[in-house]
Amino acid sequence: MEHSTEEIKKHVKVYIAVFAALAFLTVVTVAISYLHLPIFQAILVALVIATIKGSLVACFFMHLISEKQIIFSVLLLTVVFFAALLLLPVFTSGHPHVA
Amino acid sequence: MSDQHHSHGLPFWRKYIFSVDHKVIGIQYGISGLLFLLFGFCLMMLMRWQLAYPGQPLPVLGNLFSEKFMVGGIMLPEFYNQLGAMHGTIMVFLGVVPLAVGGFGNYFVPLQIGAPDMAFPKLNMMSFWVFFLGGVSMVASFFVPGGAAQSGWTSYPPLSDIATTGQTVWLIGMVFLITSSLLGSVNFIVTIVQLRADGLSFFRLPFFVWAQFVTSFLLLLAFPPLEAAGVLQLMDRVAGTSFFLPSGLVVAGKALTVSGGGNPLLWQHLFWFLAHPEVYVLILPAMGIVAEIVACNTRKPIYGYKSMVYSIVFLGFMSFIVWAHHMFLTGMGSKMSAFFQITTMIISIPSVIILTALALSLWGGSIRFTTPMLFATAFLPMFGIGGLTGLPLGLTASDIPLHDTYYVIGHFHYVVAPGTIFALFAGIYHWYPKVTGRKMSEILGKIHFFFSLIFINGVFMPMFIMGLAGVSRRLYDPMQYAHAQPTQPLNVFISICAWSLGLAQIPFILNFFGSLIWGKKVDRNPWESTTLEWAAPSPPPHGNFDTVPQVYRGPYEYSVPGQKHDFWPQDMAKEN
Amino acid sequence: MSDNLIRYISKPHPVTGVTNAKLGIWCFLASEVMLFGGLFSAYVLLRTGAPLWPRGSEILNVPLATLNTIILITSSVTMVMAWASLAMKEFSKYKRYMGMTILLALAFLVVKAFEYGHKFEHHHFPSTNTFYAIYFTLTGLHGLHIVGGVVVNTYFLFPGSRMWEHDPEQFMGRIECAGLYWHFVDLVWIFLFPVLYLL
Repeated sequence: MEHSTEEIKKHVKVYIAVFAALAFLTVVTVAISYLHLPIFQAILVALVIATIKGSLVACFFMHLISEKQIIFSVLLLTVVFFAALLLLPVFTSGHPHVA
Repeated sequence: MSDQHHSHGLPFWRKYIFSVDHKVIGIQYGISGLLFLLFGFCLMMLMRWQLAYPGQPLPVLGNLFSEKFMVGGIMLPEFYNQLGAMHGTIMVFLGVVPLAVGGFGNYFVPLQIGAPDMAFPKLNMMSFWVFFLGGVSMVASFFVPGGAAQSGWTSYPPLSDIATTGQTVWLIGMVFLITSSLLGSVNFIVTIVQLRADGLSFFRLPFFVWAQFVTSFLLLLAFPPLEAAGVLQLMDRVAGTSFFLPSGLVVAGKALTVSGGGNPLLWQHLFWFLAHPEVYVLILPAMGIVAEIVACNTRKPIYGYKSMVYSIVFLGFMSFIVWAHHMFLTGMGSKMSAFFQITTMIISIPSVIILTALALSLWGGSIRFTTPMLFATAFLPMFGIGGLTGLPLGLTASDIPLHDTYYVIGHFHYVVAPGTIFALFAGIYHWYPKVTGRKMSEILGKIHFFFSLIFINGVFMPMFIMGLAGVSRRLYDPMQYAHAQPTQPLNVFISICAWSLGLAQIPFILNFFGSLIWGKKVDRNPWESTTLEWAAPSPPPHGNFDTVPQVYRGPYEYSVPGQKHDFWPQDMAKEN
Repeated sequence: MSDNLIRYISKPHPVTGVTNAKLGIWCFLASEVMLFGGLFSAYVLLRTGAPLWPRGSEILNVPLATLNTIILITSSVTMVMAWASLAMKEFSKYKRYMGMTILLALAFLVVKAFEYGHKFEHHHFPSTNTFYAIYFTLTGLHGLHIVGGVVVNTYFLFPGSRMWEHDPEQFMGRIECAGLYWHFVDLVWIFLFPVLYLL
């Protein structure tokens, strides 16, 4: 991968910004947990924040935002099967609830 | 980059033992796979004695077994269960997949795509030796106190959680085997995507390569949940957790002193999430091999190549969302069972397309009935029977009486034994000249074929009848149950066919080793085939091809009008 | 002997646009997603089937885990900075950032050891109940992945870094791949932390 020093310096600025965002979101997610929201809302908020954090790591640290099609295809397939693995077993068991 | 040229001057252990050459590794996997198939077959032949003549001492051989396994030559029930669990495990994970993917895949994918080797040769070598460790663990498990794993190849808890030490060794063995598969699948995917020769677009790939490509995705994405499940079961057995142990479990009159709160179905979900795609791992390479051999021996292109490619990709995708058809009896409710019935019915469509295309490929062909072609052609109706008998199992209503009966055993063995294994035999006869520079004997090959075909049907066809009569699988003593007694003569018949099937492999073994010395020597392309592996010398040297291949056309340009010869190799620039 | 060599080790494939190692590591990470997916699936099935399930904050040490989250995120930054230093041809900066990544990873493990030790002292083991079972297993497997990353990164800091002298392009590719693995380990923790500790 050819990168000029100028381009890399721009990337570095992005990395620092992402770090700040990640640190901030970590504080937010911990703070919200002290509110003791009802469990469904708590799960939703926590997962949304985690997804944002994860996307920042994936897009910028892992350079996914500028990655090639072939990588996306593999990841998309993975996400579909991950969702199936997480959701289908619960649906097959009767009366799922969150204690 | 500097490693790539130095095959000469390497010490013996780096050239033949820890070789990074895909052909050496392919042969290592292939020989290991064949040996494990033989071992797994022997385990089954032992079981068949107990099933045909329950409680009778096994003559001669019975005295060779220790008291742990046989008392006075009579098989102990625990040993029967070990044989059953290990027969399945060894055949699937140490026999078929290493031969089909590790052996044929490793050897022929780089050659068919015009590459000098796999993308990651060192990783390839490590995959083999991790597989080898897994194999050693599995065989060694027979000799630990309590014997080998004995809870079925499916290792359902709670039974497997409380089973003897052999189950822990099984789990460790599985971790090795899964790791080996994962590393291997990464290698295959990257090799096929990145290292195709110039001019070799995806739709010019031999169907065999497509089959290996889809198979690798199945291995890559479906195996890890089983690895996770294996870790959880190890935790249950070694760290006292209760991932799979429900609360209030009582064993032999005593309550288990564990925390409880676990779910046995959790194991089933994680296991079948892998094990269903795994059965497609078993069949896809076989379909690939059959396609190569049919095209070559009909002197015609494969009918419906593009449909077959789309079908195999769709099949791979669907295989991830059908798994709970193995769990229809676990109380999942009608909505979820409807979902899995629907996906299971849908998945039969691409299978049928592939089988039909292969069958139609025979029409109007100039068929050469060589041994590989006999095995490849027989695959078609045999896989057809296997597939069709799967349909009642995929529908809940008909599955309820058939689940866990001999019907299931008949169904899946038809697909794997006269299905996949026949295709693997076909592949051996077909590609032996490329690997060794010699042809196998046609006479011995045909004897092997005819007797195997007859006896293998004798083994598995009666099982459908037994299953419909309600005879359960994994029964140590069928005579215990009134409803199983009328079909006992079938058990005797099956056992005799099974032992005869074993004898029928002797011509193959003699042929395989004998032809190394006495087989007719051949040059690069004895079958006059079109695909790239036949452009390399027999056997190919390190680096495979004399010059970097350039591809000009599709994989099955046979009997092209206007050509002098009835085949037009992919890499031949001029006319043929 | 042919001149047919394995291509696209350092230079990307003209059509796919990636090197072999880059595609390989992403395929491997896809399998890792499914591995942790299996464990998360276990968590979901066990929790939704349980009549009672403790809130993570009642049992686990949230401040310590928050610290660990910050440590891991920082190590992700230092890891990507290590790669960026190589891209700017500053080898000594690379060594510093890689060294920091390794130290931060070790700090994470020390904190984890502290957490585990505290649990064991109070007789809370994986066998105590299914919450502890899945907590120890999930964080344990994640911890093993951190150890693996430390081993790989240490190799690339010391003996492996010799490749920079004769094949800087391939070396940079390797560090990028090591970085992808490391970020993935961070990513798993980003989900593990709220799920186990905050919900």
